[in-house]
Amino acid sequence: MAEQASIDTSAEAGEGVRRRDFINIAAVSFAGVGGAAVLFPLVSQMAPSADVLAQSSTEIDISAITPGQAIKAIFRKQPVFIRNLTPAEIASADKVDASSLRDPQTLEERTKEGKTNWLITMGVCTHLGCVPLGAGEGEVKGEFGGYFCPCHGSHYDTAARIRKGPAPKNLEVPEYSFISDAVVKIG
Amino acid sequence: MSFPWAKEYKPAIGLTQWLDEKLPLPRFVYNAVGAGYPVPRNLNYMWNFGVLAGFCLMLQIITGVILAMHYAPNALVAFDSTEHIMRDVNWGWMMRYAHANGASAFFVVVYLHIFRGFFYSSYKAPREMIWLLGVVIFLLMMATAFMGYVLPWGQMSFWGAKVITGLFGAIPVVGEPLQIWLLGGFAPDNAALNRFFSLHFLLPFVIAGVIILHIWALHIPGSSNPTGVEVKAESDTVPFHPYYTAKDGFGLGVFLLIYCAILFFAPNALGHPDNYIPANPLSTPAHIVPEWYFWPFYAILRAFTYDFFFIPAKLMGVLAMFGSILVWFFLPWLDTSPVRSGHYRPLFRKFFWFGLIPTMAILFYCGGAPAEEPFVMLSQLASLYYFAHFLIILPLVSSIEKPEPLPFSITEAVLGKDESAVLNANPTAA
Repeated sequence: MAEQASIDTSAEAGEGVRRRDFINIAAVSFAGVGGAAVLFPLVSQMAPSADVLAQSSTEIDISAITPGQAIKAIFRKQPVFIRNLTPAEIASADKVDASSLRDPQTLEERTKEGKTNWLITMGVCTHLGCVPLGAGEGEVKGEFGGYFCPCHGSHYDTAARIRKGPAPKNLEVPEYSFISDAVVKIG
Repeated sequence: MSFPWAKEYKPAIGLTQWLDEKLPLPRFVYNAVGAGYPVPRNLNYMWNFGVLAGFCLMLQIITGVILAMHYAPNALVAFDSTEHIMRDVNWGWMMRYAHANGASAFFVVVYLHIFRGFFYSSYKAPREMIWLLGVVIFLLMMATAFMGYVLPWGQMSFWGAKVITGLFGAIPVVGEPLQIWLLGGFAPDNAALNRFFSLHFLLPFVIAGVIILHIWALHIPGSSNPTGVEVKAESDTVPFHPYYTAKDGFGLGVFLLIYCAILFFAPNALGHPDNYIPANPLSTPAHIVPEWYFWPFYAILRAFTYDFFFIPAKLMGVLAMFGSILVWFFLPWLDTSPVRSGHYRPLFRKFFWFGLIPTMAILFYCGGAPAEEPFVMLSQLASLYYFAHFLIILPLVSSIEKPEPLPFSITEAVLGKDESAVLNANPTAA
C-alpha cells in the first residue's frame, strides 16, 4: 500500500495538483470553515438575550402630567423623559433657527403632529450616557431651560436639543405612538 | 541569554538533583530571581517596583479568589452580597478592603515603575520588547480594575460601567451595536455584571502570563541600570540573590508599612461614598469620577469639548484618551538619543521634571475635579503638552541635545575608577 502510494504521488508530481494537495486543501478548508462557524455562537452569545429584548415596548399613562411637568419612565431599563411643554417653552424652542444647531432639528420634527406639547425623549445623555437633570421637580434645567447633564456639563434646550457641552446629538426620540390621549406606547 | 559569568545551578541534595533532571524548575527560578541572574551593581530604589508589582498581583489574586467565594455576580444580589462580605463573613471586611486598596497600591507601584522607565529610558534598544509587553500589562490592568469596580453594583459601579462602555458608542457606524453587544443589553444590567465578573476573574491570570513574557524578555539583555551604560564585565554585576532579594525585601517592608496604614486606618479614603448606595439606573450621582488611578486619562477624555474639523468632540476625546496610552508603544522609536539615562541628558531632564511630571499632576487633579472652568481649560492645555512631549519634544530634544560625558562602565560610576578601563582604553580609543 505504502509503496503504491509513493509511486502514485511521484508519478503525478509533474502534473501540478497532486491528490495529496487536494486532500490537504480540502482538510484545511473544512477545518477552517468549521472553526469560523464555531466563532459565531461564541460572539453572538454576548448580544442581548431574549428576555432583554422582550422588554422592548412599554405603555405609559400620561394623563396626570400637567403643562410644565415631566416624568421619568423606564424603557429598556433606561429612563425616558415625558414632558408636557408649556406654550412659553414651545415658543422658546421655535424661536431658534434649527439650522444653526449642532444637531439641526425643529421641535415639530421631534414630536408628533398635533401633539407638539408632548416631548418624549430618552433620559440618556448622548455624550456618555448619564441621566440629565431637569425632569424632576426642582432639578437644574441648564442654561437653555431643558435638561442639564451634570457628568460633563451638556446643556439641552426645551426641545431637548444639544446646545452647549460635549454631547454630539440631541436627546434621542424613541419610537412611540399615542394609543389614546392618555396612554403612550414607547417602542 | 545571560552573562557568561552567571553562576550555575548546582543541586545540593539527591532529591533536587533528581528533580533537576526531570523538571528543572528550581534551576529556572535560580536563573530568574536567584544567584544565577547577574544584575548591575548600581541599581537604586527605583528598581524595586517590578518585584513590588509582582507582589501586588499575587495579593490581588489571593484576596480576589477569596472574595469570589462569598460574592454573587447577579444584579439582584451583588450589592447585598458585598455587604454580606463586609458584615457577616469572617474577616470579610479585611479581604475586601485589602483587595480594593490593593488595586490602588498596584497602580501606585506600576506608575512608579513606568515613570522609572521614562526617566532612565528603559524602553530603548535592546529592551523595546520588555517595554511593549509592559504597556500591554498596563492596559490589561486598567481593564481588570475597571471591571472589578463594577462588581459591588453600587452607584459608582453602575455609572462607571455606563460611561466607560459609552466610550465605545462614540465609534462611528459600529459604535452603538458594539456597545449593546458589550453590555448584552441597552444599559448595564445582569448580563453586563455577569460577564464583567467572568472577565475580572480571568484577566489577572492573563496578566500573570504576560508578566512571564515580560521577565523572559528582560533576561535576554539583562536589567538596565541608572547610568544607562551596559554591563561590560563581571565587576559590573552582583548576583540577584542575595543582593537584590535583600534590597527588594527592604522595599517590600516599606511598601507594606504604607499599605497596611491605609488598609487598617483609612480603608475608604481612596474610594467613593456613592458606591455604598445600590445601583439606580434612574439617577446619576452628582459628581461622577472614576477611581483615582484613571484620573489623568479621564481628564484627557473630557478635554475635548468642541468638534475638531469633521470629528465630533466625543469621538475626539475617546481617541485622545486611548491615544495617550498607545503613544507609549512608539516611545522606543520617538526617543532617538543614544544615551539612556536622564542623569546624562540635561535638556531631556528639564522637560521630564518641569514638563511631563507637572503635566501629569495637572491632568491627575483635573480628572478628579468637576467638569467646569478652570479645570476644563487646564486639562486642555495639559493634554496638548502631554502629546507634544512624546510626539514633538522627545524627538527634537534627542536630535539637538548634547549629552554629558558617560562613565566608562558601571564599575567606574560606582568606584570612581575601573581598572579594565585603563587596560582597554588605549587600543580602541586612540
